[in-house]
Amino acid sequence: MARRAKGASEINAGSMADIAFLLLIFFLVTTTMDVDTGLARKLPPMPEEDVIQDDSQIKAKNIYVVLINSNNQLLVENEFMDITQLRAGAKAFINNNGRNPESSDNPQKAIISLQNDRGTSYETYIQVQNELAAAYRELRDAKAMQRFGMMYADLNKTQLKEIRKEYPQKISEAEPKNIGN
Amino acid sequence: MSKFRKDSKKDTPGISTASLPDIVFMLLFFFMVTTVMRETTIMVQQSLPQATEIQKLEKKSLVSYIYIGSPVERMQGTYGTKARIQLNDAFATVDDIPQYITAERTARDEKEVPFMTTSIKADQNTKMGIVTDVKQELRKANALKINYSTRKKVQ
Repeated sequence: MARRAKGASEINAGSMADIAFLLLIFFLVTTTMDVDTGLARKLPPMPEEDVIQDDSQIKAKNIYVVLINSNNQLLVENEFMDITQLRAGAKAFINNNGRNPESSDNPQKAIISLQNDRGTSYETYIQVQNELAAAYRELRDAKAMQRFGMMYADLNKTQLKEIRKEYPQKISEAEPKNIGN
Repeated sequence: MSKFRKDSKKDTPGISTASLPDIVFMLLFFFMVTTVMRETTIMVQQSLPQATEIQKLEKKSLVSYIYIGSPVERMQGTYGTKARIQLNDAFATVDDIPQYITAERTARDEKEVPFMTTSIKADQNTKMGIVTDVKQELRKANALKINYSTRKKVQ
């Protein structure tokens, strides 16, 4: 009380540095800037030189052929398709379970074959990859919801494996070739 | 009540500026730390395509990058506008990729080699031709884990 009469004393700033450093360390630990994101894929190993590729044991009806030409147009199962319909188309194909005799037998056998031209833009290619991945993700989500009552991303390892076995993501990228100019 | 009034009659003491340097240093450090120092100068245009089904790229130390795109504006005079591949700090051709992958592998621990990922950072305007060539080279080099670098799509 006696000191106050002399005027407010200076606030002790000695601990300011400590607080500053505390904050600094907090930000240092928590910030993760520039997180790299992307679509993870696995390339098929290079075929052996002397082995002739034999695709004949895969029935044609189990392959969903997606072609992209140099004008970024899609030809899906020999029909022109807009990219917005691709997700629904792929889902219907994968989840056919033999209902339509022209489509896949079951999700385990279903293969999506993706072929692109050298002139296809990378952006379109990624869009297509994204739509196909989304189709699989939606099917897996639906299955996971039905079986475990959870979204696919929230499942534990064994559950993930089970769903993944049910819906294996088989996106095959054919050997590069030129289609259309 | 009278206690408070007595105080307010006096001049309010000036705010101490002794801590200002600390605050400034704190901000300085913060920006110093968060600014990612790129190991490589990117010499190709990089506007990445957008996607929704993206995954985070874990374990950055195990990732090797391949940049594809047309050279940035200030280099177009010397290198033209045709899409090019950049490995580390220099432009490269597809034939340099196996060597690059080998170099990346030898730089890592042997146990970690199977987990190495190659991130393809291609500009969205590039044509698939060059990307396909890169992919073929990666297959030959047996670097099969790849990641198409994309940004998160904002709806």
